[in-house]
Amino acid sequence: MNTSPKKGADRLIPDQDKLVSSEEVEIRHEISDLRNVDGSGHVTGRSIYLDDIPVQQGTFYALPYDAPSAHAHIKKLDLSMAAAAPGVVRILTYSDVTGENQIGGIIPDEPLFAEHEIHFWGMPVALIIATSEDAAVQARKLITIELEELPVITDPREARAQGELIIPPRSFKLGDTANAWANCAHVFEGRADTNGQEHLYIETQGAYAYPTEHDSIRIASSTQGPTAVQRTIARVLGIPMHRVEVDVTRLGGGFGGKEDQASAWAALVALAAYVLKKPVKLAMHRMDDMRMTGKRHPYSSDYKIGFDKDLKIVAYEATFHQNAGAAADLSPAVMERTLFHATNSYAIPNVHVTAYCCRTNLPPNTAFRGFGGPQGMFVIESAIAHAADKLGMSAREIQRRNLMVEGSEFSYGQIADHVNAEACWELTDQKFDLDKLQADVDAFNAKSATHKKGMAIMPICFGISFTNTPMNHARALVHVYQDGSVGVSTGGVEMGQGLNTKMVQVAAAVFSIDPSRVKIESTNTTRVANTSPSAASATADLNGKALENGCNAILARLKEMASRMLKSTQEAITIVNERVLNNGKPTDLDWKKLIHAAHWDRVNLSESGHYATPEIHFDKTKEKGHPFAYHVYGTAAVMVTVDCIRGTYEIDAVKLVHDFGKRMNDSVDIGQIEGGLVQGLGWMTMEEIVYNDKGKLLSNALSTYKVPDIHSVPKEITIEALPTDGHPLAIRRSKAVGEPPLMYGIGVYFAIQNAIRAFRPDARMVFDAPYTPEKVLMSLYK
Amino acid sequence: MTRFILNDTLVESTASPGTVVLDIVRYHQQLKGTKIGCREGDCGACTVLVGELNQERVEYKSMTSCLLALANVEGKHVVTVEGLNMEGLSPVQQAMVHASGTQCGFCTPGFVVSLSGCCLSREKITEELAVRAIDGNICRCTGYKSIERAAASVAQQLAQKNTEEPITWSVEKGFLPAYFAGIKERLKTIQGGTEATIDPAILVAGGTDLYVQKHDSMHHAVVRPLANDASLKGIRFEHGECIIGGACTAADLLNSVELNDHLPKLEQHLLLVSSTPIRNMGTLAGNFVNASPIGDLTAMFIALDSTITLSGPAIPGQARNDRSIKLRDLFKGYKQLDKSPDELVTSLRFTLPGKNTRFNFEKVSKRTHLDIASVNTAIRLELDGDTIREAHVSAGGVAPIPKYLAHTSVFLAGKPASPETVHAAIKVMNDEIAPISDARGTADYKRLLLRQLFFAHFLALFPERFTLKELVA
Repeated sequence: MNTSPKKGADRLIPDQDKLVSSEEVEIRHEISDLRNVDGSGHVTGRSIYLDDIPVQQGTFYALPYDAPSAHAHIKKLDLSMAAAAPGVVRILTYSDVTGENQIGGIIPDEPLFAEHEIHFWGMPVALIIATSEDAAVQARKLITIELEELPVITDPREARAQGELIIPPRSFKLGDTANAWANCAHVFEGRADTNGQEHLYIETQGAYAYPTEHDSIRIASSTQGPTAVQRTIARVLGIPMHRVEVDVTRLGGGFGGKEDQASAWAALVALAAYVLKKPVKLAMHRMDDMRMTGKRHPYSSDYKIGFDKDLKIVAYEATFHQNAGAAADLSPAVMERTLFHATNSYAIPNVHVTAYCCRTNLPPNTAFRGFGGPQGMFVIESAIAHAADKLGMSAREIQRRNLMVEGSEFSYGQIADHVNAEACWELTDQKFDLDKLQADVDAFNAKSATHKKGMAIMPICFGISFTNTPMNHARALVHVYQDGSVGVSTGGVEMGQGLNTKMVQVAAAVFSIDPSRVKIESTNTTRVANTSPSAASATADLNGKALENGCNAILARLKEMASRMLKSTQEAITIVNERVLNNGKPTDLDWKKLIHAAHWDRVNLSESGHYATPEIHFDKTKEKGHPFAYHVYGTAAVMVTVDCIRGTYEIDAVKLVHDFGKRMNDSVDIGQIEGGLVQGLGWMTMEEIVYNDKGKLLSNALSTYKVPDIHSVPKEITIEALPTDGHPLAIRRSKAVGEPPLMYGIGVYFAIQNAIRAFRPDARMVFDAPYTPEKVLMSLYK
Repeated sequence: MTRFILNDTLVESTASPGTVVLDIVRYHQQLKGTKIGCREGDCGACTVLVGELNQERVEYKSMTSCLLALANVEGKHVVTVEGLNMEGLSPVQQAMVHASGTQCGFCTPGFVVSLSGCCLSREKITEELAVRAIDGNICRCTGYKSIERAAASVAQQLAQKNTEEPITWSVEKGFLPAYFAGIKERLKTIQGGTEATIDPAILVAGGTDLYVQKHDSMHHAVVRPLANDASLKGIRFEHGECIIGGACTAADLLNSVELNDHLPKLEQHLLLVSSTPIRNMGTLAGNFVNASPIGDLTAMFIALDSTITLSGPAIPGQARNDRSIKLRDLFKGYKQLDKSPDELVTSLRFTLPGKNTRFNFEKVSKRTHLDIASVNTAIRLELDGDTIREAHVSAGGVAPIPKYLAHTSVFLAGKPASPETVHAAIKVMNDEIAPISDARGTADYKRLLLRQLFFAHFLALFPERFTLKELVA
């Protein structure tokens, strides 16, 4: 990193340090350059994931037996052979559930175990408990089931036609599209489809439950939502939540796949531990995980877009068919975010977008980075590409003319503020020279007969906050120990996004102490209760602000203590780089001495900080409000090369400007941009979920479902930060960064399309992601 | 009992020899740094380094421990991430931390182990080779750019490596723990381990497909390891022929300087085959007898007009009952072979290319690397001026077997190498293939793709004589 120590420190340390000479106070750390605080554990293999927890003696191993059909009545389930197999302790079914056989979060429509009917291929029917994992695997082969097959729906449009909707459709409206079409110079209609996406967290789902005193359960779970796991277990076991303790150290990846869908596996092992009074563990096999869990929602959508003669978008309508799978899971919330992001970064006066949450016989689809937003954005980008094609111009022209400006109104009524759409675009142009990039592409294409390049621009605008307003709150528990070290617990879960690192920075910055004094504890429901899941990119904002509040409360007490010791006033006291200053002048007091004194003076050195996002609200009856604390903006230019002999392609470069706000951690945030972008372009290119018409997953292993490897990522990724002061509702003005960059990947689809058309100008404009090599070759020649 | 050195410790394991090393390491030895991601060699989270005594050297290769039979590490040194840990972070570990090449951290030990292999190899490490070392490791968090930066830093730090004595150098410079220096002598003391073969046993060569297909049963199985059988190894050149042992791995082919001299684009072709750790394990004969309709090596060697030697079981006092057949004749139907269960593919031979020989291999898969082909194809042409004197064309993914395109091959013989010939050959080819729709593509796509790859052969072999425009006209 090229940030100088002084600059790094300036970002986070209050201005008072100007008053102190460097001889007196050494600046110890470049805090915005702080690397992943878990990095050493990761590279040495010492970090602990679920399957690494030392196993207690007498632990049993659980293995779900899942439905071999997507829709059927169970006529007969024969467990006798399996129950008699060596090592098998017990086989549980719905009838063994001590509480409620129900895990549906938003809507109670998802049984934990199938009872009499199967709704998707992979639905748990029974749980084998054995003395070893292998015994359970061998026993599973002995279970037989007789089924009466029922009709299977895998297509969301078919589900809608049959009235299979999980919730009634929802519409966002702005202006009056019906009357707007008459004023349009150009109107285009079409269809756009996106496939699902497997999360492929490298650590599979799992949980390990131990029975504890008072008929309670302690469970380690690989979950993004410890409270969701706690609540689900309490419900399934029929016990109060205070008898379920959920502990999460970290996840080997989540991406939304462990927001709601970790709960089923946790509930299964908790039930087994509760019934058998023994520790029970499940770390899922990859193919079981892929078969039994839901994925990003496939969407099939229709759009209609109208322009005036100056190519300003006058009206936009879209109908989204969300393939929700067999149960609600988080689908209604995901669907909502599709509506929120249906117009991406564009200011459109007349909007009418409608979404259908369609029940099919796929595993219940769920949260995945972007949470419905990317699906909505793909549709409007398709509409613009379609229009550009028909109008014989570059999509870039249309995109640029329609970017949101300060005060633009979103279809849901929020008035955009701190808008950076144009600023990101302009800086992209300034830094990378879009005309030159396009000219280079054209020059290459003029010379090459077998390979063609394509370029596309992808602007993004992504709202930060849970769209369900009541979820936007968090707590953090801070202990300052008497030796000056600090322990922090928050409701957030570390899953690679760098939360622990940012939380260390927050505590270190508020106290102005060395980051090494701060330790982040596991996420535990007995320390921090009633948490929202680590999701919606908001984890660092919510938990960080709560932590800040907690630290500030302790800091105030410390300043009061120091003012008494120094016979000064609280206002005159500051702590800078572990030194206590009085009116900006060094004193004999430092952090350790102050803490020691405070402890012996019986000052409370612990605090539970609470934070609830201000200003946000949303009225679902009107579909209007101000649901987002702020928006994140950015613009990416994507260049690809298509091999027109073979239909394969390479991504040459992605050059982007991103609105980080006032970035608090360079390497963490850059890592989120690179990782999000690559995950997004994987969704757009090679990641292809395939179910057959019986609802059986064919892309059911890493050999048939391909995610980007080191050779398939862009050869160049250049990231420029938009210089801003950040947003006051972002943690330390550093904006949320988890989900937004995924949507830069959408540009890859359109860049490939442009390359194809450089080879074959009459190639049909198809909007059906992912653009696999198969689809590319067919576009080139069929 | 299987004896091997695990990091710094001699292990004498009584576990079933079919057990995979991953389970031994994690659950018998309680070393939890090696992670389970997929159990089919596709993610690299479980990568270990395996050191083998070869004369006076210990040669290390990265392997995915989920597919590695315990029996195959007899007498070897197995290195997990714990075996690389020192007092502070190693330079490789430090590079990963500094470049922020780790986010959730679950794939990280695999990357660290793979990259650390660069310290042990006798190659001069370039940035390209450092990236190649991790081409079998999947990361879902970082987008790889930070890991590329770490790899570049490792390559730079290894620039001065002594390629004659890499282990000594790496230990002296603090890249590896000191115990590595003593491994060679310790390995000598555990060579010649007994190989108690109990019949009938399942033959395990690289195991890279066997353990994917039969994962649940292999650790109970009686296995006979072939990877250590010296009689099945080696690449020889005799009387204008190349003779390759059946247990040679794809990496052995890649590393054979002489073979690459004869087939100048072989490296480029082999880099399309799987990943580094799988190339270090998977064998030539394994690829053949697995009988996958899209085996890459199979397609290559069919087109090279190779002959294989099948050996029956050794009967004491008698010569082995050997027979030779063309590789293309081994395949009788879907996963049906002209081979009895007790026959071994001991070697393969093909006539070395002459100055009038042209050879090319093409493969397209959803992901260019570490993926199974939608369609692959290879071609060998013997030219007589502008005329094709003899042709051998193979194709995978278009029939139930790795397909020798016999009619197309015959058709090409005696024809000029011209667009007209190619167009006419496509018609012949289309009549002898029968692709089906599956997870790797629709039948229509595979048919189109094979046509395109057939074009690609001619564009690659005769760049001055063909254009894409003419071919697709």
